[in-house]
Amino acid sequence: MSVLDLSRVTPGFTDPIRDSQRIFRAVMTAMSRPGLPLALAAPPTPPAGLDAASAAIILTVADFETPVWLDPALVTGAAAPWVRFHCGAPLTDDPSAAAFAIAPAASSPPLAAFNPGDSKYPDRSTTLVLMCEAFVGGPTIRLEGPGVDGAVDIAPLGLADDTVDQLRENRSGFQCGVDLILTTGSYLIGLPRSTRAFVTTTQP
Amino acid sequence: MSTLADASNRETSLYNFAYLDEQTKRMIRRAILKAIAIPGYQVPFGSREMPVPYGWGTGGIQVTAAVIGPDDVFKCIDQGADDTTNAVSIRRFFARVADVRTTEATDEATIIQSRHRIPERPLENGQIMVFQVPQPEPLRGLEPRETETRAMHAYEEYGLQYVSLYENVSAYGRIAATAGYPVMIDERYLMSPSPIPKFDNPKMDMSPALLLFGAGREKRIYAVPPYTRVRSLDFEDYPFETQTWEDACALCGAKDSYLDEVVLDDDDHRMFVCSDSSHCATRRDAGFTGPMSGHELARGEDGDTA
Repeated sequence: MSVLDLSRVTPGFTDPIRDSQRIFRAVMTAMSRPGLPLALAAPPTPPAGLDAASAAIILTVADFETPVWLDPALVTGAAAPWVRFHCGAPLTDDPSAAAFAIAPAASSPPLAAFNPGDSKYPDRSTTLVLMCEAFVGGPTIRLEGPGVDGAVDIAPLGLADDTVDQLRENRSGFQCGVDLILTTGSYLIGLPRSTRAFVTTTQP
Repeated sequence: MSTLADASNRETSLYNFAYLDEQTKRMIRRAILKAIAIPGYQVPFGSREMPVPYGWGTGGIQVTAAVIGPDDVFKCIDQGADDTTNAVSIRRFFARVADVRTTEATDEATIIQSRHRIPERPLENGQIMVFQVPQPEPLRGLEPRETETRAMHAYEEYGLQYVSLYENVSAYGRIAATAGYPVMIDERYLMSPSPIPKFDNPKMDMSPALLLFGAGREKRIYAVPPYTRVRSLDFEDYPFETQTWEDACALCGAKDSYLDEVVLDDDDHRMFVCSDSSHCATRRDAGFTGPMSGHELARGEDGDTA
């Protein structure tokens, strides 16, 4: 991770000001309405290894103030120089030091590996972007809590088998905890730490 | 890469879209996302100097600037009124620097910035309320040290707040707070709802709209997501209750809205009118009348009787 190889860096936002505002509004809506899948219109072309939504999110929120952790599989690919060039964000190899983290859902470290924040400063926790295979076809997870009108079911494909247990563990430490954003293609689902997750047998 | 091509923005094209620079917006946006993830928790942020003094809505303006886009429709109210100096200035500010359409109609707005009121018309899913907050810390009047109040929030140590309310009951026979009445968010964080009248507190409970709070001088942002429990503190034998009036609005006859008392002369003549000017005007346009309909206070700027 020394000299930036610019020959491999593909373009980011075409209109950084308007695009980042638009993407931020989608991310804000996703975080305030957990479990609600949202589509990003005209996201940037992602580098190899990232999907369109995770690339758009990191361009929108990361800069020199926010250490970014990338899954080891992404660090050697096109994603690392892309994030360094467009965001100016320092990359870290320590997940617990990251403000933002991106990982394929299947190979992600457990949520406990990331920074849950401090009981006096819970806002200093990691926001983890998990790239899923799809938002349908996985085991159903029922969500309740702030932002959810009653209950909502999601069934993302590709999460670890013990995801619900991890989410409950994450929630049990509230006000500390890791905030999740699930992505697939140009879609995203917000899963902040305030959300309570349950196993359910009903089909979505 | 100019994005300020619209004619109405040409004279201000030296400013970035929505006034703030992009790095500041990213910083505020990150604070907003964490605020939403931890409902009621006050996220510190790097509040910037704004082109209005502290106390005129610098926190609200920064939050609005970070979320607003060219497709938004912006409404700004000050104590419920759309036509007061502060509200008009902030509305013009965003019309100029963000090229947004502005409105006075609550149902048309996508972003409503407010000083100390929530509109009477129920908010809808997708709307964003931005509150201007002078003092974000509900415990500040009881404990001046930030290190202590931060620890009290961290350990959910809110006994002092209840003691304060109990002292109210023992001194006045009721909980005397009328504005900025403390609320509990999702049974975890004690939060100041900003100095809105307690009449508006029930509107926050399970509201379909996103509520964002910005305190510029105190450098804090906090939020209540839609469909979140917001409980006004009370006791079993002294339950929370809102203000009521014996009068109806003198202009539109509304009996269920928050009324301001207006002194008319030195002979003890006074009238009660809706604090929410848009609500009152909508009702008058629909034909509702009050005991003083046609009074000169109901006339618009162009002199016609609304």
